Amino acid sequence: MTEMAIDVKGLTKRFGSKVAVDHVDIAVPRGQVWGFLGPNGSGKTTTIRMLCGLLTADEGEGVCLGLDFRTQSEAIKRQVGYMTQKFSFWEDLSIRENLEFVARLYGVEGRKARVDGTLKRLGLEKRQDQLAGQLSGGWKQRMALAACLLHDPQLLLLDEPTAGVDPKARRDFWEQIHALSDEGLTVLVSTHYMDEAERCDRIVYILNGKMVAGGTVAEVIEQSRLVTYILEGREARHLIGEFQDQPGVDYAGFFGAALHVSGRDRAALERTIAAYRDRPGLEVREVAPSLEDVFIQLQEKA
Amino acid sequence: MFSLRRVGAILIKEFLQMRRDRVTLAMIIGIPLMQLFLFGFAINFNPKSLPTAVSIADPGVYARSIVAAMRNSSYFEIVAETRSPKEARRLLQEGKVLFVLEVPVNFSRDLVRGATPDLLLEVDATDPASSGYAISAFNAIAGTALRDDLKGALKNRAPGAPPFNAITHLLYNPESNTHYSIVPGLLAVILTMTMVLMTCLALTRERERGTYENLLAMPATPLEIMIGKIAPNVLVGIVQSAIVLFMARYIFHVPFLGSLSLLALGVTVFIIANLAVGYTFSTVAQNQLQAMQMTVFFLLPSILLSGFAFPFAGMPGWAQVLGEILPTTHFLRIVRGVLLKANTASEIAGEIYPLLAFILVAGSVALLRFRRTLD
Repeated sequence: MTEMAIDVKGLTKRFGSKVAVDHVDIAVPRGQVWGFLGPNGSGKTTTIRMLCGLLTADEGEGVCLGLDFRTQSEAIKRQVGYMTQKFSFWEDLSIRENLEFVARLYGVEGRKARVDGTLKRLGLEKRQDQLAGQLSGGWKQRMALAACLLHDPQLLLLDEPTAGVDPKARRDFWEQIHALSDEGLTVLVSTHYMDEAERCDRIVYILNGKMVAGGTVAEVIEQSRLVTYILEGREARHLIGEFQDQPGVDYAGFFGAALHVSGRDRAALERTIAAYRDRPGLEVREVAPSLEDVFIQLQEKA
Repeated sequence: MFSLRRVGAILIKEFLQMRRDRVTLAMIIGIPLMQLFLFGFAINFNPKSLPTAVSIADPGVYARSIVAAMRNSSYFEIVAETRSPKEARRLLQEGKVLFVLEVPVNFSRDLVRGATPDLLLEVDATDPASSGYAISAFNAIAGTALRDDLKGALKNRAPGAPPFNAITHLLYNPESNTHYSIVPGLLAVILTMTMVLMTCLALTRERERGTYENLLAMPATPLEIMIGKIAPNVLVGIVQSAIVLFMARYIFHVPFLGSLSLLALGVTVFIIANLAVGYTFSTVAQNQLQAMQMTVFFLLPSILLSGFAFPFAGMPGWAQVLGEILPTTHFLRIVRGVLLKANTASEIAGEIYPLLAFILVAGSVALLRFRRTLD
């Protein structure tokens, strides 16, 4: 049996009368990269904060790195690297000063060598004396990742680490994540990007605090039992309104220039689509639904 | 072009934001009210009921009459009676009393014999503002106190000058130089102001910049964070004190009679006490404006109720109790005591302990208020 880095059940958090996280189960085997998806306000950040002891769970039990996540959160903190959604390092300190501070707090042995090594690994050497506040988004994220790695954590909790970062920097960031995972690090990363979700071993999708889908990308797509048609061509862009409330259509929306029409009832959807098949200037074909089709459908359905 | 509509837009936005921040709004209205009542009733330019010791080497009807007259004047409150001038001097030295009335041996005998014996009022003049009115009152009392006691053969002595020599002896600051009390007092006020300001934003700033979450996610305990944040400011406070004391010595020529190392100890404890208050504010305040409000709320009584701006002994009892809580009150006594009265360690111990207790309480509140989670 594979050893679990995170194994919690029934995780629940309420803020007043609002249930932010509602009985979520997460079991991440060591060494895997899990993607945590869901719309804004669905409870991703709250879940991550509960896992690293920043919020007290109202319900739920389980272990994080073999330690009880409710009672041993201080011990868990020492082995977890947590990257906050908003940049949360000291902007009036340089990259190096920030890293040295973090290394001191964790009591890292051989601090200087460790900081040097981490700077090098993330390509921050040349910028080490720049103030963190003057860095662009991509470099800030890189520095934050460096700071999370200094104490050699076993688990990384990354809360939307690539939000607002340019595509190249995102790519580089994910290369780092995969390299770390190859070294045995477990990663739970929340994101809104489908390409990032597809790079995860498994994904968990939560909606209004509830887990509504989970598995590998292929499994999640298959579980959705979604049928998707693409309508392309110059006529396509005027059609979106026509598909709302048509039988068999759960969701219609543009992905780039193509109109995606998805539904779970194949027969009904095909009947609706049939009316558009022979229109001039419109190309209609069925495609395998993408992860984004699935998620938007889940969100529309709720 | 200037547009009233745009001014209006900003105005409405400001009001909306003000209304959202109820706590701050309540503080802005509540604090001035509290201060008005607090200081309105507490401050008194003409201090009465000042603590006085009487040292009577010759008990008798005359001594009793003089003491009674002093009591009746309402300026003096006799808190100790002793036969030993040494004991009376100790009370004065420790700041327990501001005045000592000394009735010398053979006072009655000399008076009856027709001589003019001395009647001595020793005054702690470190703070001339505290004692001025009472000294005038004493001189008036001396003239009339014995009028009814001079009967029979002594009747001819009743009118005119009193049958004794009323001598007022100003101790510690014989020239009633107000600099001597104000300048050391300023050290107390300056330290209170800057030290509380230094730490009142300690955590508020982390919270507003978003670094608080990061700090919490790392393995630092609340005590470690508190000590780490307070300690560097102790150094700042010490440098500041050194500058003020240097100026006091060489520009204002304040006497430095006591031990400097003892003063350094007092300064350090006082600095820590103020930093602890500021830090406690920063654990309570939700934003920087609130932290500043709390600082001002602490600062004003530290100036007005501590004995810096107005005589401590002249305040009503409840205000004195409040004053005793404030670190500035105790430090004022330490700094004036050491510099002007050459107070020794044992004499100021009674002021150091309250400071230590204050640090303990403020530190505990800060630690209890410190949230280790974001709940």
